[in-house]
Amino acid sequence: MVASTENDLTTRVTVTVNGVERSADVEPRTLLVHFLRDQLGLTGTHVGCDTSQCGACVVKVDGVTAKSCTMFAVQADGATVETIEGLATDGEFHPVQQAFWEKHGLQCGYCTPGMIMSSIALLERNPNPTEAEIRHELEGNFCRCTGYQNIVRSVQLAAERLGQSGQAGESAS
Amino acid sequence: MIPTSFAYHQATSVADAVQILAENPDAKILAGGYSLIPAMKLRLAQPGVLVDLGKLDDLRGISRQADGVHIGAMATYDAIRDDPTIQELFPVLPSAIGYVGDQQVRAHGTWGGSLAHADPAADLTAVFLALEGTVHVVGAAGERDIAADDLFIDLWTTSLEPDEIITDLVLPIPAAGSVAGYKKYGHPASGYALVGVAVRLDLDGETVTNARVAITGATSKATRSAAAEAALTGAALTDEAIAAAASVITDGIEINGDAFASEEYRAHIAGVLLKQVIAAARG
Repeated sequence: MVASTENDLTTRVTVTVNGVERSADVEPRTLLVHFLRDQLGLTGTHVGCDTSQCGACVVKVDGVTAKSCTMFAVQADGATVETIEGLATDGEFHPVQQAFWEKHGLQCGYCTPGMIMSSIALLERNPNPTEAEIRHELEGNFCRCTGYQNIVRSVQLAAERLGQSGQAGESAS
Repeated sequence: MIPTSFAYHQATSVADAVQILAENPDAKILAGGYSLIPAMKLRLAQPGVLVDLGKLDDLRGISRQADGVHIGAMATYDAIRDDPTIQELFPVLPSAIGYVGDQQVRAHGTWGGSLAHADPAADLTAVFLALEGTVHVVGAAGERDIAADDLFIDLWTTSLEPDEIITDLVLPIPAAGSVAGYKKYGHPASGYALVGVAVRLDLDGETVTNARVAITGATSKATRSAAAEAALTGAALTDEAIAAAASVITDGIEINGDAFASEEYRAHIAGVLLKQVIAAARG
C-alpha cells in the first residue's frame, strides 16, 4: 500500500527556479503554480482560468512549456523551472519582453507572463513562424484584451530581432 | 481549485506501477496529466493514489518492429509528431496531432493516456481505429493485446482492467498505396471535436480494397462507420463513390445532439468531413 496522505501530509520538493535551487514542503496535491506563487513568492506566474485553458500560468519545466496549474509540484521535483522573473538580465528585457513592450502586445497584462513564455518556446521550435503558425502555437494562451493582433506583431518583431542576432534557438533557454 | 488529497507514487517500473494499482482500487495512472489533473481539480476524479509514470523513459520510445511501429505509451504528441519513422510511414499523425488541444497539451499529453482516458471528443482515438492499432497492456494477470476495435466501450470507458497499464501502441505498417487522413470540425471556443473523421483507404490503383472510417466527437466513443466502409470497399474512388459513402456515414450510429450542435448537423458535417479527408489524403 502507498502511505496515506492523512498520515504523511507533506513531501519535500526541490527545484531549480531561474537558476536558484529552492526547496519547500508540499502536499502531493499542491499545484506547481501555487508552489511557485505561494511558497516561493514568485507571483509573476499568474492563475487565470485554473482549468488548464488560458495559459496565464505557463512556465518552462526542463525546457518545455507547461501550464503550471496542470502539474503537481511533486512532478517537478528535481526539475529546472523557468518563470517570467528569470528572463531579464542585468535590467535588460529579454528580446521577447522588449518586443511585447514596443508593439504593445498587451493591455491589462494578466496573460502576458504566460504569453511571453509560450512565445519564447514557439520561437525556439520555429525561429521564422508564419502568422498562422504563431496563432496556432499560441492557442493555449488566452488574451481577453488585445484581440491578439499586437501579440502576433510582438512575436514577429521578436523573431526578426532574434534572427538578426542569431540567437533564436538559445536566447531563452 | 484544489484536488482532494491523494498519495503520490512515482513508479520505478511498469511492474511497480501494476502492483500499486492492484493493491489500491482507488489508484489512477498519471501520464501527461492534461486530462486527469483538470478533472481532479473539478473533483470529477478523486483518486486516492496517483501512480506517476513520468520517470519511466522506457515507455517513451518509438521504433519499427516486425509487427509494426511501436509507440511507447508515454510518448508525447510532440515526440510522435517529430519522429522520422512516424513522418515517413504515418504522415496522418503529424497532421492529426496539430488538431490536439494546444501546444502545452501536445508537449505533455500522451497518445497512450488519451486512449486510456477515452474522451468521446478526443482526436486520436478515431485515428487509432482507422489505422487498425493495437495496445499492448500489462496487468497483474499478465500481458495481452487489445485491438482498437475492442478498446473503447463507452464515454470515458475502456476494456482495460483497473490494474492494467498500456505500455505500447502498435500500428501495422501500411500497405503500399494506402492513404490516411483526419479532420475535425471543432467547437470554436473549446476546440473539442463536434465531429472528427479519420480514414484509412488501402488502394489498388483507384480501387479501394479496404476502407476504415472512424468518427469521434459526435458519439459516446470513437466509432467506426460500417456503412461508409462498405460503400467504399471495392469501389473505384470516384466523386460519386465518395459522395455515396458520405451520405451513409452515420447510418446505424447513434449521433449525439446537444446545445452546441444538433444530431442532424453533426451527421451532415461527418459526411462533409469524409469527403474533405479523402480529397486531402489523395493529394
